[in-house]
Amino acid sequence: MKLKTALLGAAATLAFAPAAFAERGADGNVKVLYSQAVSIMNAYLSSGTKDVEVGSLVLEPLAGFDNEGNVIPRLVTEIPSVENGGISEDLTTITWKLTPGLLWSDGTPVTAADAVFSYEYCTHPEGGCAQAARYEGIEKVEAVDELTVKITWTAPKPNPFTAFVGATSPILQAAQFANCLGTAAPTCTEQNFKPVGTGPFMVTDFKVNDVVELAANPNYRDAAKPAFATMTVKGGGDAAGAARAVMETGEFDYAWNTQINPELQSQMEAGGKGVFVSAFGTLVERIEMNLTNPSPDLPEGERSTAKHPHPFLSDIRVRQALSKAIDRNLLVEVGYGNAGRATCNLVPAPALYASPNTDCIEQDMEGAKALLDEAGWTVGANGIREKDGKPLKILYQTSVNAVRQDFQALVKGWWNELGVDVELKSIDGGVYFGGDPGSPDTFQKFYADVEMYANNFDGTDPEPYLAQYLCDKAPKPENGWQGENVNRFCDPAYDAMVAELATTRDMDKRGEIAIRLNEMLTKDSYVIVPLVDRGRLSAHSNTLGGVVLNTWDSELWNASDWFRIK
Amino acid sequence: MTDISHIEKPRSQWADVWSQFKTHKGAVAGLTVFVTLILFVTIGPFIWTVDPTYINPNAAEMIRTRNKPPSWQFPLGTDQLGRDMLARMMKGGQVSIAVGLVAMAISILLGTLVGVMAGYFKRLDGPLMRLTDLFLALPLLPLLLVMVMLFRDPLARAMGPEAGTFLLIVFAIGVTSWMQAARIVRGDVLALKEREFVLAARSIGTPSRRMILRHILPNVVSPIMVSATLGIASAIITESALSFLGLGFPPDFPTWGRLLFDGVDYIQQYPERVMWPGIAISLTVLSVNYIGDGLRDALDPRIRGR
Amino acid sequence: MLTFTIRRLLMAIPTLLFISLVIFLLVDFAPGSPMSQIPLTVPPEVRLKIIEAMGANDPLFVRYLLWLKQFFWVEPLVLFDTLFGTSHAHGMQRIVSWQSRSPVMDIIWQRLPQTLSVVGSAYVIGVLIALPIGIYSAYRQYSWFDQLGTFIAMIGFSVPTFFTGVVLILVFSVNLGWFPSIYDTSLRVTDWESFLKQVKQMAMPVAVLALYNAAQISRYMRSSMLDNLAQDYVRTARAKGMAERVVVLKHVLRNSLIPVVTVIALGIPTIFGGAIITEQVFKVNGLGALLINAIHGSDLPMVQTLTFIFAVLIVMFNLIADVLYGMLDPRIRYD
Repeated sequence: MKLKTALLGAAATLAFAPAAFAERGADGNVKVLYSQAVSIMNAYLSSGTKDVEVGSLVLEPLAGFDNEGNVIPRLVTEIPSVENGGISEDLTTITWKLTPGLLWSDGTPVTAADAVFSYEYCTHPEGGCAQAARYEGIEKVEAVDELTVKITWTAPKPNPFTAFVGATSPILQAAQFANCLGTAAPTCTEQNFKPVGTGPFMVTDFKVNDVVELAANPNYRDAAKPAFATMTVKGGGDAAGAARAVMETGEFDYAWNTQINPELQSQMEAGGKGVFVSAFGTLVERIEMNLTNPSPDLPEGERSTAKHPHPFLSDIRVRQALSKAIDRNLLVEVGYGNAGRATCNLVPAPALYASPNTDCIEQDMEGAKALLDEAGWTVGANGIREKDGKPLKILYQTSVNAVRQDFQALVKGWWNELGVDVELKSIDGGVYFGGDPGSPDTFQKFYADVEMYANNFDGTDPEPYLAQYLCDKAPKPENGWQGENVNRFCDPAYDAMVAELATTRDMDKRGEIAIRLNEMLTKDSYVIVPLVDRGRLSAHSNTLGGVVLNTWDSELWNASDWFRIK
Repeated sequence: MTDISHIEKPRSQWADVWSQFKTHKGAVAGLTVFVTLILFVTIGPFIWTVDPTYINPNAAEMIRTRNKPPSWQFPLGTDQLGRDMLARMMKGGQVSIAVGLVAMAISILLGTLVGVMAGYFKRLDGPLMRLTDLFLALPLLPLLLVMVMLFRDPLARAMGPEAGTFLLIVFAIGVTSWMQAARIVRGDVLALKEREFVLAARSIGTPSRRMILRHILPNVVSPIMVSATLGIASAIITESALSFLGLGFPPDFPTWGRLLFDGVDYIQQYPERVMWPGIAISLTVLSVNYIGDGLRDALDPRIRGR
Repeated sequence: MLTFTIRRLLMAIPTLLFISLVIFLLVDFAPGSPMSQIPLTVPPEVRLKIIEAMGANDPLFVRYLLWLKQFFWVEPLVLFDTLFGTSHAHGMQRIVSWQSRSPVMDIIWQRLPQTLSVVGSAYVIGVLIALPIGIYSAYRQYSWFDQLGTFIAMIGFSVPTFFTGVVLILVFSVNLGWFPSIYDTSLRVTDWESFLKQVKQMAMPVAVLALYNAAQISRYMRSSMLDNLAQDYVRTARAKGMAERVVVLKHVLRNSLIPVVTVIALGIPTIFGGAIITEQVFKVNGLGALLINAIHGSDLPMVQTLTFIFAVLIVMFNLIADVLYGMLDPRIRYD
């Protein structure tokens, strides 16, 4: 009897942990659907999320991020730190040790020279590398020996996990890309579509913007993985169609970014064929206030520039009132459901950098009205507030997107209640985010009073993100309307603190400064009005196991661990 | 059927046309439906005085009134933000019908003009048809985006935002959809030109203007009618597509095309929401089609005489 | 007719060059830039570098002339090379897409099969349905058949494909599970089973498009037939004792075909242009999806090449239509 129980127990363990005992390729084919199709496998030539993520199945960096934002080794034996001597005391060098015996999918050994080559490839002045920012501040990258890569920074680098860390800075095989440097980069079609990599899969067929067929890499470092012999990554369509293919028809195993309305989510989930998974990163949907005057009566070249402060949004009380009137929890419920949460912060994560501030969550219509009264805006004849005979009228722009249009309508309703006249405008995403200096409708030009979009930062360090709001980063005619400080926010104290952050090495101190910076933009000034912390929402079928959603790195970061639940 | 007893009163041609039109059952039904639709969107808002863009600012109230099925309070239900669908259908219909009719008229006028000129005058045929080829070949999206960039702000400033947007939309649709009508009319005119009655008219020295107006145009009415009916449908749908380029009306402004598009997202949970605009557009197109049928019969002297 | 055709073909060259220039200027002038596809996390300096590397910052006429050279010289050479195994085009820069950094023509070849099979067969089926319906509707004007045809045609035309497509998916994929909702472009037809699969995955997109095409063409066929049925020559032919079949299908039909030929000739190039919405709904990823993606990403080389090929087809088929007019009605003369 005892023996029988023991045997049953063993059988049960076997049944419940098929992945642990599975051999490579035992589980057949897995089908993944990306509503945006993949254009290229080389992350250095396209920074589109879809390209970077699918590319990460083949090309890997030295280290990546796990689902909690921790740095984890991929091609190296351990993560360098000051304690283990991998990072020099003065923070100017970092040394990576490659795992011995690593092979490319073509069977040749992975060496430090490949990493050096990848650095040269991306920093080539004529290559137009999309990930050049990952290699900023590097003095040199050298191969100390076959398996040792040493990066020397031009100045102490508190966060050295940019180069070769994360799906956006993978290692290319030097032998394959040797002739693809600089201007030759785009001509290497074969290399860009079928790179030789170290990842769990390799490309067998690539159809541009349509489908990628992959097969298990025979030389992958873990002999038991991946469990799937082949993978198909199909692209195209929209989020609803993608969700449907997993949740309702069961044609696909995994669908990426299935951002659909919350009600449809729950209905599809009730079907029982699959589940939605969500995880939160740093993506925040926000309303940005224009501190300069966008009036079309101003001559071209002076509209929305520091020359003319905004007639009423330069008054903090008006900005605060507008923020107070918004019910963020309702926005979440209408637009995102479980894949969103109300936030008052520009930097919602990682915990070290996130401000505990929640003062904006509660809608306060009366408080908002009082603020406007105090600022001298009195309700006029037709219910619209006015001051010195000028009505309080706001032009509110965003890109074309069903959820954003719902948000616009809701916010307009609340602002109307305040006595603010609101005109809505939606712009084609290609134009709005295109940054074409010839177009009046780009979000950088900001020819409107307030505008809405979402942004996040790459990796776990918000420093470059917060540095976007320096005085001199304001878009203006002189710099071809390029720049990230779209509010034209300018505060010397802020600039000084960003400079301080750049030289601060102590992590706790960095956290404090980042939180202060975040608050200076949000609750102290209401220049940026965060609305929703947007999570990643994807869907996978009930028969696909091992899925862990990760917002800090590629979503397919652990595809090698996926398996079929039988 | 004909009133022979009133023979002493000379009847005008239009009275004849009307009495013939009245005998066409489909046309009368079409006209009735069309007039009802027009009344629905014009008089309707005065009877059903709910604001189509009103969202209850009280969050709890709004949650309670969103996604409602049809009821006495909301005869057509409410949308995902608790806006009244009946009011939105009325408001949307004003724009959609107006855009459909005006844009169609522009495109048919342009198409007929180019088609007749090209078909009738040999010298113009080459240049006009190459122009048609050019317009057919131009990629629509960049063309529309360029139009918005160039004309939206000046128009909005000159005529007010709503009138300016309306003008821009009908112009954009008209200018990008006349080519098919032009090619069809030209093909017919080429054949008509060689018919005996045209040769006869020409041999007695009829000037070109009268030739075209009296002999050519009446004989190309039927393909034009077909183009016109189909044109209304595509204009209403195109308008909704334009709003996705930021070319259309402000995003909270309802139109049938946009209601249909937004409704597709909710088709599984609230199928009625996509049905209302779908039915309205189809009814409009169907009724115009039957009116067109009746008009063609009524305008054709051969049929009218029978 | 021959001299007319030759003259028109010669005329087509400057016309097409002019059209290509206009398209180029238009696409270049349009707001929007390849940068819209780059996430906001990429800093502006890096963006500028990317744009520069694409060659998008070169002067306009340089880019235009380069495109002309690539399209009319390099690409034909490449085609010649692949056909005959030579290597004349070795080392020459082909037209390269900005989005995927791969030769534009290769992608177009890759997309042709699914476009032709889905959009092309939908068009053929649409025409084949539309003609008999149009003829019979006109012949039996105001019969129940005609009324039903009118009704379906008008609904079919006024309900857009983004709606009918989703409805079909919900009914036949989600509820009944008969057809796949996603088109598999890697499917190779090798045996009966894979053929059946291909038919299944084509069924819904083809149905949606065929309904739309048939609706339009049948209306033109019907109205044109109606016009001709009322003509004097029909009465004469009947009076002569001709069989009704011959009267309708030979005399009336032939004379009614001119507008229908026009519409069909205008429609054939659009097969190549793909069906943007239907392709998107069913994830066919044909040429329509390629074009719209390229436009959204301001991928100028791709948009320019696709649109220009489209223009060539338009000019060609309009010429064919003109020649057909002359055959259908010998009285039409062009010289």
